[in-house]
Amino acid sequence: MWKWLHPYAKSEQAFRLCGRLLPWLSISAGLILGVGIVWGLAYAPSDYQQGDSFRIIYIHVPSAILSMGVYSVMAISALIGLVWQIRTATMAVAAIAPVGAVLTFIALFTGAAWGKPMWGTWWVWDARLTSELILLFLYLGVMALYQSFDDKQQGGKAAGVMALVGVVNLPIIHYSVEWWNTLHQGATITKFGKPSIAPEMLWPLLLCILGLALVSAAIGLYRFQTELMRREIHRPWVKALAGDGRTQENSNAI
Amino acid sequence: MSCLSVNNLCCIKRDRVLFERLSFTVETGDIMHIQGPNGAGKTSLLRILVGLAEPDSGEVLWQQQNIRQVMQGYSSQLVYCGHKYAVNQSLTAAENLLYWCRMQNVSANTDVYPVLDEIGLVGLEHLPAGQLSAGQQRRIALARLWLKPARLWVLDEPFTALDSYAIDLLSRKMEQHLAGQGMLLLTSHQSLALDHPVRTLELEYRL
Amino acid sequence: MRGSLQALLTRELALAFRQKGELLQPLVFFVLVISLFPLGVGPGPQMLQKIGPGVIWVAVLLASLLGMERLFRDDFNDGWLEQMMLSPVPLTLVVLIKVLSHWLTCVLPLLLISPLLAVFLNLTLDMYQALLITLLLGTPLLSLVGATGVALTTGLQRGGVLLSLLLLPLFIPLLIFATSAVDAAALQLSYNGQLAIIGALLLLALALTPFATAYALRVIQS
Repeated sequence: MWKWLHPYAKSEQAFRLCGRLLPWLSISAGLILGVGIVWGLAYAPSDYQQGDSFRIIYIHVPSAILSMGVYSVMAISALIGLVWQIRTATMAVAAIAPVGAVLTFIALFTGAAWGKPMWGTWWVWDARLTSELILLFLYLGVMALYQSFDDKQQGGKAAGVMALVGVVNLPIIHYSVEWWNTLHQGATITKFGKPSIAPEMLWPLLLCILGLALVSAAIGLYRFQTELMRREIHRPWVKALAGDGRTQENSNAI
Repeated sequence: MSCLSVNNLCCIKRDRVLFERLSFTVETGDIMHIQGPNGAGKTSLLRILVGLAEPDSGEVLWQQQNIRQVMQGYSSQLVYCGHKYAVNQSLTAAENLLYWCRMQNVSANTDVYPVLDEIGLVGLEHLPAGQLSAGQQRRIALARLWLKPARLWVLDEPFTALDSYAIDLLSRKMEQHLAGQGMLLLTSHQSLALDHPVRTLELEYRL
Repeated sequence: MRGSLQALLTRELALAFRQKGELLQPLVFFVLVISLFPLGVGPGPQMLQKIGPGVIWVAVLLASLLGMERLFRDDFNDGWLEQMMLSPVPLTLVVLIKVLSHWLTCVLPLLLISPLLAVFLNLTLDMYQALLITLLLGTPLLSLVGATGVALTTGLQRGGVLLSLLLLPLFIPLLIFATSAVDAAALQLSYNGQLAIIGALLLLALALTPFATAYALRVIQS
């Protein structure tokens, strides 16, 4: 059905939908993440083994979980864009990738910072850290590929193909690295991810995960809106939008 | 009977609309000259017509069927000469054409040498194409029109780099093709000197 | 159809034969990289034997990237790719033909020269045997996955560095399993498991990458 519609009707609608969602998302994201962080960092009891340094999980774990989650969202929109030829979905790939890359970087950085007190060194070739590092490379690959196309329409499709190739490979990479890790390091690392975690520690963690997910969604939507505007700058609806803004500014000035 | 018809075609390149709601049909014996300034989308239109690029909306029909569905049958009826020659610099003229014919499943007994002779490449058959001039390479590309029996020719700027003798040769070949119920779509900045009524399609440059 | 495929393959091989210089470059690069390692880490036979499998495999990855860059480059630039798309041969088969001819002309020489490198790096016979089998199974995988990356970057300026950024992370599982197979051979252990995994990856790549590559070629064409 949508094939018959004017190809631009969709992007304008997408833009308006994002505009409606964004305020709600941002407010709830700020609230939930704020409560979670304050609770986790200030009020949750400290760990009997790791002391206060464990509190970095309130940033590390959410960003690590979301770095993978964002990748799958990106891969799904790439699939939608490639299979049903929806332009806005390939734009979403380009908008999402940097968000995921930043989350991955945060996860790596906080992981290294956590490693210093725990393992006595900034970096160990731990399976999960190594997987995150490779994930960062995959994100950077998608972003660099998109950037190097002059024609962003082509670039979006190419980045989509790369995202899908990556998503097929991710589980293979993940398990191979895990296997490699047990082969080479074995018991030198004490696993601290204890299966049970006290509820006083768990609740703020869940809040942080939800909050960061909402923050990523909000930033992703915002970037998506920007991408839409930039890509369709010559279209009447963007011009009308910009024109509206200008006249409003003028009326305010008067 | 209409053979190639185009319905409501829209093409967006680099996030700019090149053309939209474009519809026309080409019947047997028709020649369609697509005109317009640089950047108007002539090449993009031709690439959509032969199936190398996807239109953003609309469809291209070959004998009432979407070319996506009948791509094999369609491409066997088609010769496309783009602005790239598809002539490999390290292979000789004869090799370039031979490999092309075999890839296209043009009957094996097609002999390329008489054709090379006719288009004026005698004595150059066994030089690597990289050593030939642009006009000579263009002639190699156009030799495909002699080699493959096809009903539809789609030519992108076929006259560039050709000398007046070759232009005349190609024009006669086009007339012969049209007289034999062939169809021809081409872009050209030169006016055509054909003994045949020419339809024109004007594309305009839009922002 | 068979005639068309044959024509494509003979054309590729003829072209490779014409451009011998370009074919030799990855080979020379391969030998050069490997001979740098004894100079860098010292010529102790024990040390070389320990790092040998990893070194050879990393060098294979880099050398194959170097040779792969030209896989679709000429065809894209001179327009032959368009003509192949308009031929009766499905694009996925065209991709397979290209990968096959690339493997025959660019990778097979690396395999042929590998005994020399086994001597350079002091590998035992068992290790060399394992290395050769992993190379035989693993390098087609490299070419198949590599073709997708090459197709995505072919029309671009500065495609080379981007290509390594795209592809090297994807090659990590292969590197892990291949080197561990050779390590296992060094300890006289069975390495069938690793070979089975590499074989499975190869089949997976054979089933999926031609479609991805063909799609990527259509994207860069349009």
